[in-house]
Amino acid sequence: MPLLTLSHVSKSFDNGVAALSDVDLRVAAGEFVSLLGPSGCGKSTALRLIAQLLKPSSGEIAFPNGRPPTGFVFQEPTLMPWADALTNARLPLDLEHKNGKEADERAARALARVGLAGFERAYPRELSGGMKMRVSIARAIAGAPKLLLMDEPFAALDELTRQSLNDDLLKLWREDGLTVIFVTHSVFESTYLSSRVVVMTPRPGRVAVDIAIAQPGNRDASYRLTPEFSANAAKVSAALREAMT
Amino acid sequence: MNRAAQIIIPIALGIAVLAAWQFLVRFYGVPHYVLPAPSDIWVAFLENFSSLMASLWTTLSITLIAMALAFAGSVLLAILFLQSRIIETALYPYAVILQVTPVIAIAPLILIWVGLERIDTALLILAWIVAFFPLFANTLLGLKSADHNLADLFRLYGASRWQLLWKLQLPTALPNMLAGARISGGLALIGTVVAEFAAGSGTATGLGWRIVEAGNRLEIAKMFAALALLSIAGIAIFFSLSLLEYWLLRRWHESALKRQI
Repeated sequence: MPLLTLSHVSKSFDNGVAALSDVDLRVAAGEFVSLLGPSGCGKSTALRLIAQLLKPSSGEIAFPNGRPPTGFVFQEPTLMPWADALTNARLPLDLEHKNGKEADERAARALARVGLAGFERAYPRELSGGMKMRVSIARAIAGAPKLLLMDEPFAALDELTRQSLNDDLLKLWREDGLTVIFVTHSVFESTYLSSRVVVMTPRPGRVAVDIAIAQPGNRDASYRLTPEFSANAAKVSAALREAMT
Repeated sequence: MNRAAQIIIPIALGIAVLAAWQFLVRFYGVPHYVLPAPSDIWVAFLENFSSLMASLWTTLSITLIAMALAFAGSVLLAILFLQSRIIETALYPYAVILQVTPVIAIAPLILIWVGLERIDTALLILAWIVAFFPLFANTLLGLKSADHNLADLFRLYGASRWQLLWKLQLPTALPNMLAGARISGGLALIGTVVAEFAAGSGTATGLGWRIVEAGNRLEIAKMFAALALLSIAGIAIFFSLSLLEYWLLRRWHESALKRQI
């Protein structure tokens, strides 16, 4: 049974913009799915629909096994500037009224897992862009989610930071058995990360192709140089070019 | 320019002006009922020390209570506006009317309604009216400025309205509230003094009234002394609120940060 299904989902906004049209998608537990497409293809809208921050105009979004605990990571770190890293990471627990020492420990562990041990008391302004994004990811995993929704989370970061966060994310995905839906407009990022790349067409967004990618167990910098990776990226890139026309 | 220079230069200018003032008044023999010398003002201040201090206390306590009430009232009303569009639509024009009507024009009406025997209450209401709007408008703006994505995240985690308000909207609004408080602090003092002027003879005992009284008696030096006290009170309020602002925002807000580059 899939974790979530989108059946004939369409979304139009009040200003008449049709963001999504007749989207079908099934995501199984444990998958890492990238939604790949140019700006304005409704990827972010799809993510917000899945998070139930928006309601579809028509169609249905279903969670056959019930709605899993969900984390969300935005393109911007979206931290509370008045709170230190620990308090930011603790937000999901605070909002569930889980206070006290245990919540602090869980938030601290989440920070440590994204490489920010020792930065618990740092304020967002004291952190670099990459570190802020790490706090944002720590916040998402502190709530112990089963489903992690990410909206172009690394688009604003430099290439090296981005690659290192890619690897950290894969580690979290593997260790926690997460299901990740990852919105991106980068062919290489989606090819590197995903077990499936869903290519979308622009205005209104539709699913053009659904490409399964056979991934090796261990991916690292050297994997990016292998012929398999290049072949996969070429396939995804061709599919994206086709979807654009 | 270093910090010492920033303090020393204005003080040096002040001393130079006072010295020139003292010299010119004495040199040309200007009558004290036209322009008293700084030394005359100092003497008048010492002679009337107890009555001036009592008046300062009256004016200052009304100002501070008006500020506290304006703070409480404006934050509560801004929160109410935030919760309900209908209340906002219905009440906002009247909040604006309260702001744009000159306090000196409302003062006689308030004084009649409240009664001259309860003059402090009337002064309090008038100071409150003046202090209310800047705090209210800034607080409302701040409450509405909460990051949309963060608000979405709160919704995703099933936050209650109370949690949204307490953990997101109020902290977001804090810098605006403090900016509003700094404006309102000065206005509350002005409102109190204006109301004392409007209240007229024999009732008010604050510094505003001391100025009117001294003017009627041509005690210009005493007028200056009262005026100086009012300025000092205004400066003290401004600096206290600036200090509070710095202290509350220093860890995180752009306005309180020293640029490193």
